[in-house]
Amino acid sequence: MTGFLLRRILAAVPVLLAVVTLTFLLMRLAPGSPFSTERSFPPAILRQLEARYQLDGTPGQQYLHYLDHLRHGDLGLSTRYRNRTVNEVLKQTLPVSLTLGAAAFVVALGIGVGLGSFAAVFHNRAADRLAMFAALLGISLPVFVLAPLFILLFGVAWKWVPVAGWGGFRELILPAVCLALPFAAAIARLMRASLLDVLGQDFIRTARAKGMTEERVVLVHALKVAILPVVSYAGPLAANLLTGSLVIEQLFAIPGIGPFFVNSVLNRDLFMVGGIVLLYSVLLIGFNIVVDILYAWLDRRIRLT
Amino acid sequence: MRVLPVLFCLLLGGCGRALPPADFTFINGAEPETLDPHVVTGQPEIRLCEALFEGLTSRDGRGAIIPGIAEKWDVSADGRVYTFHLRAARWSNGDPLTSADFLNSWRRALEPLTASEYAYQYYPIVNAQAYNTGALSDFAEVGVKAPDPQTLRVTLSAPTPYFLDLCACSTLAPIHLGAMKQWGEDWIKPGKLVTDGPYTLGAWRINDRITLVKNPHYWRARDVAFRRIDALSLSSATTAFNLFHSGEAGLILDKSMVPAFFIDALRSKSYFHSQPIYGTYFYRFNVTRKPLKDPRVRLALALAVDRKRLVDRITRAGEPPAGTFVPPGIGGYTPPEGMSYDPARARKLLAAAGFPGGKGFPVLSVLYNSSEQNEQIATEIQDMWRENLGISIELRNQEWKVYLNSLSELDYDIARSSWVADYPDPNTFLDCFMSGRGNNRTGWSSARYDGLIEEACRQPDRAARYALFRQAEEILSQEAPIAPLYNYVAISIYRPDHLGGFFPNAMDEHPLRELFWREPAP
Repeated sequence: MTGFLLRRILAAVPVLLAVVTLTFLLMRLAPGSPFSTERSFPPAILRQLEARYQLDGTPGQQYLHYLDHLRHGDLGLSTRYRNRTVNEVLKQTLPVSLTLGAAAFVVALGIGVGLGSFAAVFHNRAADRLAMFAALLGISLPVFVLAPLFILLFGVAWKWVPVAGWGGFRELILPAVCLALPFAAAIARLMRASLLDVLGQDFIRTARAKGMTEERVVLVHALKVAILPVVSYAGPLAANLLTGSLVIEQLFAIPGIGPFFVNSVLNRDLFMVGGIVLLYSVLLIGFNIVVDILYAWLDRRIRLT
Repeated sequence: MRVLPVLFCLLLGGCGRALPPADFTFINGAEPETLDPHVVTGQPEIRLCEALFEGLTSRDGRGAIIPGIAEKWDVSADGRVYTFHLRAARWSNGDPLTSADFLNSWRRALEPLTASEYAYQYYPIVNAQAYNTGALSDFAEVGVKAPDPQTLRVTLSAPTPYFLDLCACSTLAPIHLGAMKQWGEDWIKPGKLVTDGPYTLGAWRINDRITLVKNPHYWRARDVAFRRIDALSLSSATTAFNLFHSGEAGLILDKSMVPAFFIDALRSKSYFHSQPIYGTYFYRFNVTRKPLKDPRVRLALALAVDRKRLVDRITRAGEPPAGTFVPPGIGGYTPPEGMSYDPARARKLLAAAGFPGGKGFPVLSVLYNSSEQNEQIATEIQDMWRENLGISIELRNQEWKVYLNSLSELDYDIARSSWVADYPDPNTFLDCFMSGRGNNRTGWSSARYDGLIEEACRQPDRAARYALFRQAEEILSQEAPIAPLYNYVAISIYRPDHLGGFFPNAMDEHPLRELFWREPAP
């Protein structure tokens, strides 16, 4: 296991370097400067700004400066939020997105696995059709439709939860559910198909022939195998959820990392873009490693090499 | 799967710590880029900086200039020397505030390293521009002196009637350089920022809220009603409205926080307030390109736009159609008649320029930054030019930073633009179109125009000065390097029976220190 982890981490280094280099290149090739504004200012001031952010050298020098900062764990200064480093912005916003993402992840898995298993167990019956209709609805309704509807119903009309904001458990409920539902629907369909497949296999027939109760067959034997496709889906899903959602965070005024994803590109906030892309890559690689470990744990036929 | 509930519970600890409730919460708009008063440029930042820092002068709720840290001032007979007498004011940490604080802060604001975008607000001061652009290295030669701790003497290059307005701007506010030296880049963070305004910085949660706490050392602390104010940073207009309707915010100040598709429905509500401000939406013509080199073509295009149709059909928030670049009433100035909707004259001008009925006119493009309203306006004008002049225009949409790049490099034919006054004086508009100015961005140049603006800047008499501005603006209207379209309005959402001290004004300035809840508080 240790050897596997070490190998995967070492393999991640060139991937991350490629990501950093590509992001750096693309951001510099993009037209428009981080310092261009509607009101122009004297060239002397522009030069000082470029010097402050070490953007006054050749592209090669700028790249080396950037790598040197990264080596020390410094993601650079934000060109938009003056006086703030990218590290500082991520340190403040990432825990918020992680909290929201983790809550959404739990809700998505809980609803998805539950609904999918329920549909598979009651295959071709009314309950199955109802569950799959709910899943279809979840997939078809975009979050920017679902969230305002939920806000109007649960926040404005019934006042069960706050309409927006961040602070405690009550503020977390609505955004976590809205963020989770489309993924829960996808998991439910995945889970149903997988469980149906497993329930038709020989080892399940054997278990039933031995006189095992249907609950035990499903919960102990079938579910553990059927959940494998969901686990492989969960890796990228976790990375996706934990790094913030632009729409949900904007609609619910959640101070997470989501809006920075898009706005930093629009603002040409070079180091912020670099930092976020790097963070996202690290999370994606990290979750894929976790998925591999989970795979091996769930299915003993898989060996980590 | 058993770890998931544990993970969930652990992460719940990551929910933000609840902050103490504020007396007043308002929607401030986008997340502030900084709170350094010398580098702020956007309304959300300036609004907060004016609550944290006070300059020599200040503005009241109606936008009028009142004494700030300067108790009074004398102006020399030629209007060039201002002597400010400072009151016995203190910083929020109790340190006395002296004229040396102003002197050193102004030096810092003008240093090229500070990279202050609005440093030009200092340029009326002798040698300030030279120091700011690095042409002069000795600050002693700049026209600011502190003969004693309570006196600041400022010498201007020319009488500048709006200088007291500039003194109220954040760029000219003092900062506590001791705290800055002590904390470096972190000096603007809560617990470290030392202020001289009505509020100090209590908390700053990125993309969430900025908490302002009443400054007990502020010289007018007794008149400040709210002890704690939360300024919410939001980017969704719908969320802003939900917060207002659920009573979690008492005021929406940013126009972008009012959903455009709602405006028709909102206009009749008692909480909807709109007021024309000193800002103009206009089109620039790139005069370096054919056929826009010909002023007759530019004027024809400008005269063929029905501005009333634009504001009635598209903007719909009560914007006044604009025939001149300078909005009426700015500093008491009356602009010339300017451009009106005259399709018949437009057709004649186009024919005289060699394009009768639009025949032979090349297909030009209108450039605008991505926004639904910009696109609607461009489409409407495209129709008007086709109907009135028989010409075809293409629409060219660019993302903000790319659009700014195209403007600066004159890589466009016709471009959407806007300008909002920095101070209530026609100069803030007309100065833009002097030859070679960075904000000109049309390639247009007129020696006569430049001469008139320069002369106006030297002129101490207000009436004579305005007459010169008027002549200059007439040139702008005749040569048409731009086509003004409409003046902006500010929109604010609040319940006047609850919130007091809020007065719509043309500078759209609303000092937070003036606000209070009417009895009974909501």
